[in-house]
Amino acid sequence: MKKALSLFLAAALCTGALAGCGGGSDANSGSDSATAFKIGGTGPLTGNTAIYGNAVKNGAQIAVDEINAEGGAIQFELKMEDDENDAEKAVSAYNALKDWGVQLSLGSVTTKPCEATATENFADRIFALTPSASSTAVTEGKDNVFQMCFTDPGQGTASADYIAENQLGTKIAIIYQNDTPYSSGIYEKFKTEADAKGLNIVSTTTFTAASATDFSVQLGEAKAAGADLLFLPIYYQEASLILQQAKNMDYAPKFFGVDGMDGILTLEGFDTSLAEGVMLLTPFNADATDEKTQNFVTKYKEQFGDVPNQFAADAYDCVYAYKAALEAAGATPDMSAEELCDKMIEVFPTLTFDGLTGEGVTWDSTGTVSKSPKGMVIENGAYVGM
Amino acid sequence: MTFLSYLINGISLGSVYAIIALGYTMVYGIAKMLNFAHGDVIMVGAYISFCTTSYLGLSPLVSVLLAIVVCTVLGIGIERLAYKPLRQAPALAVLITAIGVSYFLQNAALLIWGSSSKTFSSVVGDWSVKLFDGQLTITGVTIVTVLACVIIMVALTLFTTKTKMGTAMRAVSEDKGAAQLMGISVNGTISLTFAIGSGLAAIAGVLLCSAYPMLMPTTGSMPGIKAFTAAVFGGIGSIPGAMIGGILLGIIEIFAKAYISTQLSDAVVFAVLIVVLLVKPDGLLGKHKSEKV
Repeated sequence: MKKALSLFLAAALCTGALAGCGGGSDANSGSDSATAFKIGGTGPLTGNTAIYGNAVKNGAQIAVDEINAEGGAIQFELKMEDDENDAEKAVSAYNALKDWGVQLSLGSVTTKPCEATATENFADRIFALTPSASSTAVTEGKDNVFQMCFTDPGQGTASADYIAENQLGTKIAIIYQNDTPYSSGIYEKFKTEADAKGLNIVSTTTFTAASATDFSVQLGEAKAAGADLLFLPIYYQEASLILQQAKNMDYAPKFFGVDGMDGILTLEGFDTSLAEGVMLLTPFNADATDEKTQNFVTKYKEQFGDVPNQFAADAYDCVYAYKAALEAAGATPDMSAEELCDKMIEVFPTLTFDGLTGEGVTWDSTGTVSKSPKGMVIENGAYVGM
Repeated sequence: MTFLSYLINGISLGSVYAIIALGYTMVYGIAKMLNFAHGDVIMVGAYISFCTTSYLGLSPLVSVLLAIVVCTVLGIGIERLAYKPLRQAPALAVLITAIGVSYFLQNAALLIWGSSSKTFSSVVGDWSVKLFDGQLTITGVTIVTVLACVIIMVALTLFTTKTKMGTAMRAVSEDKGAAQLMGISVNGTISLTFAIGSGLAAIAGVLLCSAYPMLMPTTGSMPGIKAFTAAVFGGIGSIPGAMIGGILLGIIEIFAKAYISTQLSDAVVFAVLIVVLLVKPDGLLGKHKSEKV
């Protein structure tokens, strides 16, 4: 019996380990390496967050192909390594890129791995511009790590501004998760900005991961306070419960979310009619009619059969931002990573960049980006620009 | 009126805790072990029900029955493979094994169903009762959960006191060695206990996810811990105690959120638990047994 048990457990362990090994690294190459800048990044190309990693890889690839096809002075070679959204694997993936001779880094796609690789980037003096790792810890204290996406707290300020400018609500209620830095970070900035803009916050309630089932009290308070807009700086899983429970109690304010809300429509089994009219802020809108976005969306659909999300757009912008910075710095592909790093640190804060995810995008010297987000609303089960 | 609606929300949340707590207390009462994997068996039950309704298109009732069958088999299997070889081992070893089984189930679910969460469609349907001109809403799932909870509690009490197998269970609970000498199959009885406990877990999982329709591999763990607290609160090992403990815990949690602070609700819940255990160390309905030397 004991032997059978240990055999069973050993087998179970092996299955687990093998399942973790699926996939592996997957390389893309652009043009010849002697004349091209080598850009590399890590991201989850397999596993349960693979959607983000692959979006970044595909988005960046489109930009690289476009730039190389133009045949200008600046050519790129792109390589994405798989990190399975794991900080340790990200560091080994980063080391693999270093062996390959990476000159400019895209950091990592997701936050936790990026915090790990950003430290390496800082120590190795390889410049990084992450498309999507959004925590402030990624850039903090590192002069050569920059972000293409909003920081988590930045979304709070942007949301308050947006609500105030468009006069979306007179009485605002907030439900946030106070045990994640993502949600409470957004909330704090939102509150500061809302007070400054004279928005009227009538109810603020919280939940934690441990109590994220019953929201009747939070919703009851918001309803009793007469809130006509409910701000939800939380992830879509909890948001879906809130939408359901609000409907059960016949409470229908405007719901306003942030990028964590992105994903609610693809939640398996979710009744998308519940999300009708939900608004969210995101830097990229695939339905935008400008030429740049249309061109990108068409190419992405053709090559990868999918509508690109904001991760893909951020990655696309990263490559173009690099191009702009390299041109401004007069850099050449034969420069070492360290030389390029110094030039990029100098150039990026002076850059004004127009991309898919914003016009007039600028960076400050800490690496934080400043751009204005676009409002989206869910109509008939799809995102529509506001 | 808001007080009443909070009370109903509390009972609704509490009855879910109560149903999970019944499974905990059943296994603890008979086998004298804390089955920390109980919360994860709940999760498996919910997934089975989700898959059979969403992918196979079976009716909710069939899916619940299927979930019960799968969880019962799973419960017996876990007991055979992980707990039975440790029958003579110290209680701590069994406890750690139970935690191991819990992680094993969570990670197995992660492999099979992936980490992205799924929205569970209620097996009870989308009806509700409105009272006082619609000021007070009682959802169908609340009514079904409370009813299921009472029925299960009564059935379990009758089973353990009136039937021969139930008597055997109580005998095993009091003294395994003596029970064996009286011709009771200790292993068989403990297996039966796990079978019943896991079957209950399937029902609990389906009702939990019907009330709060978010299904992830970690869905069972937090309600499991709260329900364990409820079982201790009511007096672990006591079947009516589990139910009363569960419902009280739900009500306290909602009231603490509503009248004290949403930030502090969990702190308040556990502070109440500490006070109760200081005054009544065996829980509300627990029997005090003095250790004989």
